[in-house]
Amino acid sequence: MSEAVKKIVTPISIEYTITPGAAPTKFLRGIKEGRLLGQRCPKCSKVYLPPRGSCTVCAVPTVEEVEVSDQGTVTTFCVVNIPFYGQVQEIPYVCAAVVLDGADLPCFGVVQEIAVEEVRMGLRVQAVWVAPEERGYTLENIKYFKPSGQADAPFESYREHL
Amino acid sequence: MSKRCAIIGVGQTHHAAVRKDLSISGVVREAALRALEDAGMDWRDIEAVVVGKAPDIIEGVMMPELFLAEALGCVGKPMFRVHTAGSVGGSTALVAAHLVQAGIHKRVLTVAFEKQSESDTTWAITPNIPFQPPLVAGAGGYFAPIIRSYIERSKAPADIGIRVAVKDRKNALRNPYAHLHLEDVSMEMVENSPMLWDPIRYLECCPSSDGACAMVLSDEKGGDAAPKPPAWVHASAMRSEPTMFPGRNQINPRAGRECAAALYKQAGIDDPRKDFDVAEIYIPFSWYEPMWMENLGFAEENQGWKMTEEGATAFDGDMPVNCSGGVLSSNPIGA
Repeated sequence: MSEAVKKIVTPISIEYTITPGAAPTKFLRGIKEGRLLGQRCPKCSKVYLPPRGSCTVCAVPTVEEVEVSDQGTVTTFCVVNIPFYGQVQEIPYVCAAVVLDGADLPCFGVVQEIAVEEVRMGLRVQAVWVAPEERGYTLENIKYFKPSGQADAPFESYREHL
Repeated sequence: MSKRCAIIGVGQTHHAAVRKDLSISGVVREAALRALEDAGMDWRDIEAVVVGKAPDIIEGVMMPELFLAEALGCVGKPMFRVHTAGSVGGSTALVAAHLVQAGIHKRVLTVAFEKQSESDTTWAITPNIPFQPPLVAGAGGYFAPIIRSYIERSKAPADIGIRVAVKDRKNALRNPYAHLHLEDVSMEMVENSPMLWDPIRYLECCPSSDGACAMVLSDEKGGDAAPKPPAWVHASAMRSEPTMFPGRNQINPRAGRECAAALYKQAGIDDPRKDFDVAEIYIPFSWYEPMWMENLGFAEENQGWKMTEEGATAFDGDMPVNCSGGVLSSNPIGA
């Protein structure tokens, strides 16, 4: 009697070719040079990083270019302890929402050069970049964030970024 | 003025980590047959079928509704697929109800399902965002930082999430369909379970389930003639908001607040905590109970955790939440 075939494994993958558009193109060219280029909304004055070319809230195009600092504040975070397929970081690691000085949206990054249990909301951090000759058109140019040594930011200063 | 819509039959599968005994067709059919039996009907009574599930990549089958047409008895009948990611179970029922309320169909079968064992969900929903490495590990990696923000902002005691996890698992012991039946669940057991996405522990997370649920919806005439007392649809609402914008309140999203307000207005509800007898709410991680109590207007901002602490949301409380055991006990995502 032959064995019943109940399940077979068929791996799938999807490759994308991204056409970034005008605003993300400027951002990607900037990040290759180690600069973080955002855009300010003419109506609400909020700075988008990465820029999308328009303000989601006001529904108007964003044109004015603003260079954003590579220092910022950890608004919130989690400690990832779970292994998953495709993981690039060793566990445990801290995945943090960081609002960079001059930007009004948090971006996600890994926090290192500090014990996992010492990471906290309000921690001031500084981007650590890969060497200039290794940089591409990618946010992976920022290897991770490390503590900047500045005093913690007060809760009220990042309350609206939660 | 829309027409009345009655729910005249309900059915669901027995949920499990792996329903080895059933294919995807078998899962949807088990739920649908139970709903038809509950309504005292057979396939011939149904005019149209509305089917929903979360992203196709979770099973790796594109547009599975196409091959499910025969299993759901809708050859030669209209079939609609609904797809709104994790919220699709609710959206599917809304679309089905609207078909009745608009007077387009008299009797509609609506089915939602997920068979998570067919693929790897955490891989499927770990976004590989252009230009940056994949850091946010699965759903927990997305929700954990928001939960941390809630705990910090509300100053809630650290054990609230543990209390919700125990309560919902105890409720599930009364539900023969529930995936998890943790007979010996306790505060200590949850507290000592591994921290997966700090501050979320293993037992504060929903499981990964295979399963489906179904309803038979009818117009007013069919509702009045139904063999069992029908449930009437009094109100429905839907809202969404962008994922990223400056000043977005992720702890208490505006879309949820406005959706609840629109729903209560339609149904004539002034005080949800007083006017509702019971609620079933999507709580995939235990801390979302206090967060949604605030978002849906059952508690003031930063006060929702008190409802959990006081036992208001317990089975015998004044506002029981997730008496079925909820998503924390059965999680076929799309259903």
